[in-house]
Amino acid sequence: MSFDDWILALHVLSAFAYVAGIVLFWVLVVAVRKTDTPDGTIRMSPVVKVGNASIGIGVGGTIVFGIWLAFSVGGYDIWDLWIIAALVLWALAAATGQRTGVEYTAGMTKAQELRAAGQDGASAELLAINRTQRGLQMHALSSLIVLLILIDMIWKPGA
Amino acid sequence: MSTLLAVSRPTEWNFPLFVHVLGAMILVGGLLTGASAIAFARGNARMLRLGYWTLLAVALPGWIVMFGGANWISAKEGWDDLPEEAQPTWIGIGWTVALPAALLLLISLILGGIGVRRLRDGKGSGLLKAAMVIAWIILAAALVAVWAMAGKPD
Repeated sequence: MSFDDWILALHVLSAFAYVAGIVLFWVLVVAVRKTDTPDGTIRMSPVVKVGNASIGIGVGGTIVFGIWLAFSVGGYDIWDLWIIAALVLWALAAATGQRTGVEYTAGMTKAQELRAAGQDGASAELLAINRTQRGLQMHALSSLIVLLILIDMIWKPGA
Repeated sequence: MSTLLAVSRPTEWNFPLFVHVLGAMILVGGLLTGASAIAFARGNARMLRLGYWTLLAVALPGWIVMFGGANWISAKEGWDDLPEEAQPTWIGIGWTVALPAALLLLISLILGGIGVRRLRDGKGSGLLKAAMVIAWIILAAALVAVWAMAGKPD
């Protein structure tokens, strides 16, 4: 394997980490919609951290190794249509993903506040925050954008 | 070399490859989520169930889509027409991981399924932990397969 082959492998592994993180958050998005207690919400926190780490590796690895490959591999250039499209989509996915995180962190923060106040029972307010429609929409949008990146990477329009 | 091959890939190979890669990504995501939920459940029945159902409803369909896509792209690329010894190492690694992964996933789901049933009686977390360990093993093997598929070592 050449050095570029290793970088390509790391680029693809990063993409897998990114999508794995998105899948993980889909499972949590569904699970948290039925969660109305502080304990049930806070219990998901370690799994959220796994998802954040996976997304972090994915976001960082795809861009760093991807740009390296754009400059290093013959036949590809950073200004190729499909690479520019990937960079734009990557930035949009990162922005919508960050927005998703903000929306769902509100539920975790509320759960911690309720627990600190000694309110361990079911809370309609917490359930409403956990069922954030904006968070759901942002996560769906982020997932769609990452799917478009995958399509762009495979079909390479203009290459 | 692999990247040069990627540039010249015939267009009709793209969709089967997309199906294969998307299925593999869902499989990896399902394994990571299911195993993590069980790992951090600390005996909580709801989290244990969440982990098990993720393995069943996300990882298993992911494996099916990945495997279907693998057979499809393999037939398209003509690897099926070659004798086993003539196939490249990365294809061998892919099959070596994919088939035992299915068996291990089924064992994991059976153990986990029994564990989930026993949760009603306050038991079963040990079986779910066993399912989790198997899921981590499959995940590690899947990542090796991803490395091989992408880097194409020979």
